[in-house]
Amino acid sequence: MGGHALVNLAEALVHVPDGFLDAPTSIATGVVAATAVGLALRGARRELDDKAAPLAGLVATFVFAAQMLNFPVGAGTSGHLIGATLAAVLVGPWTGILCLSVVLLVQSLLFADGGVTALGTNICLMGVVGVVVGWLVFRGLQSVLPRRPGLVAPLAAVAAYVSVPTAALAFVGLYAVGGTAPIPLDKLATAMLGWHLLIGLGEAAITGLVVASIVAVRPDLVHGARRVLAERVVEIRTPLEEAA
Amino acid sequence: MRQVSTRTLVAVGLVVTLLLAGGLSVYASTRPDGLQRVAHDHGFADSQRQSATAESPLAGYGAGSGDRRLAGVLGAVVVLALVSGTTYVLRRRARDDVGS
Repeated sequence: MGGHALVNLAEALVHVPDGFLDAPTSIATGVVAATAVGLALRGARRELDDKAAPLAGLVATFVFAAQMLNFPVGAGTSGHLIGATLAAVLVGPWTGILCLSVVLLVQSLLFADGGVTALGTNICLMGVVGVVVGWLVFRGLQSVLPRRPGLVAPLAAVAAYVSVPTAALAFVGLYAVGGTAPIPLDKLATAMLGWHLLIGLGEAAITGLVVASIVAVRPDLVHGARRVLAERVVEIRTPLEEAA
Repeated sequence: MRQVSTRTLVAVGLVVTLLLAGGLSVYASTRPDGLQRVAHDHGFADSQRQSATAESPLAGYGAGSGDRRLAGVLGAVVVLALVSGTTYVLRRRARDDVGS
C-alpha cells in the first residue's frame, strides 16, 4: 500500500470527498438529501408503471458504469457523466433522484468514491440539483417548442449541458457556507464554471446519444417523450374519424 | 416494423453497460476531474480527509491492489440489485394502496 496506492486512489475518485465542507454543512446537506430521497420514494410510485419499471434498474446501472468512464477535456483534466438529466428524461425525475442516490451510495460505501460524510452533499449536488435543473430545463424547452418525438433527445442534451455547470455552482454555494479552506469565492466560482462548461459538452453528447437510441426503438418507454407521443396519437385519430 | 420488446431492450442495455463497466473502464482517463483540478489549483485539495471506506480492497474501484474491471462489474450488479429491489417494493406498495 503506502503512497503509491494513495496516489492511484486519488486518481480514480471523482466526487466530493470528506473534509472539503465542515460538519454543520455536511449534516445540513445530509438532512436535505434524506428528505429528497424520502419524497422521491413517494413520487417514484406514480412514475414506476409497467413501462418505466423495467428501465429503472438499467438506467441506474448505466449511470454507475458511465461515471467510471472519465473522458479527457484537455490540459490534464478529465470529466465524467453525471447522468442526472439522462435518468430524469428516461424514467422520470423522482425515479431519477432514486437512481442517482443509489449510485452515489454504492460508490461511497463500496468504492470510497465520494466521502461518507459527504454523501449527503453529493446526493444534493448530483441527485437533487442535477435532476431538478435538468428536468425543469427539459420540460421548459418542451413546453415552448413544437412537440415532436425527434426533439426529445436534442432537448435532453441541452438540459444535460445546463445541469453540469449549475451543479458545479451549487458546490461553490455550499463551499461559501461551509468550505474548510479560505478560498476566494469568485476565483472558485470562475474555475468551477470554466471546467464544467467544458465537461458539460460530454454530458450533453452522451445524454443525447443514449436518449436518441431509446427514442428510436421504443419512444413509449421514455418518460420525457410521453407527452409528445400522446399528442401524436390524437393527431392521427382525427382524420380517421372524419373519414368514417 | 416489428417493435423491439422491453425485455430485449433491457437485455441489450445491460450487456452494453457491463461491457462499459467491465471493459472500457480500464481505458478511462486518470487525469483529475473538474473538481479535483480546481481543488489542486486553488489550494484546498489538502483539506480532503480519507474516507472511512478507503481501506476497503475495492476502494478507488480496485486502484492499487484490485482489478478495475471486476470492481466495475461488481458495482454494476450491486446497483442493479438495489434499484430493481426498490422498484419492486415500491410497485407492490402502490398496488396494495390501490387494493385496500
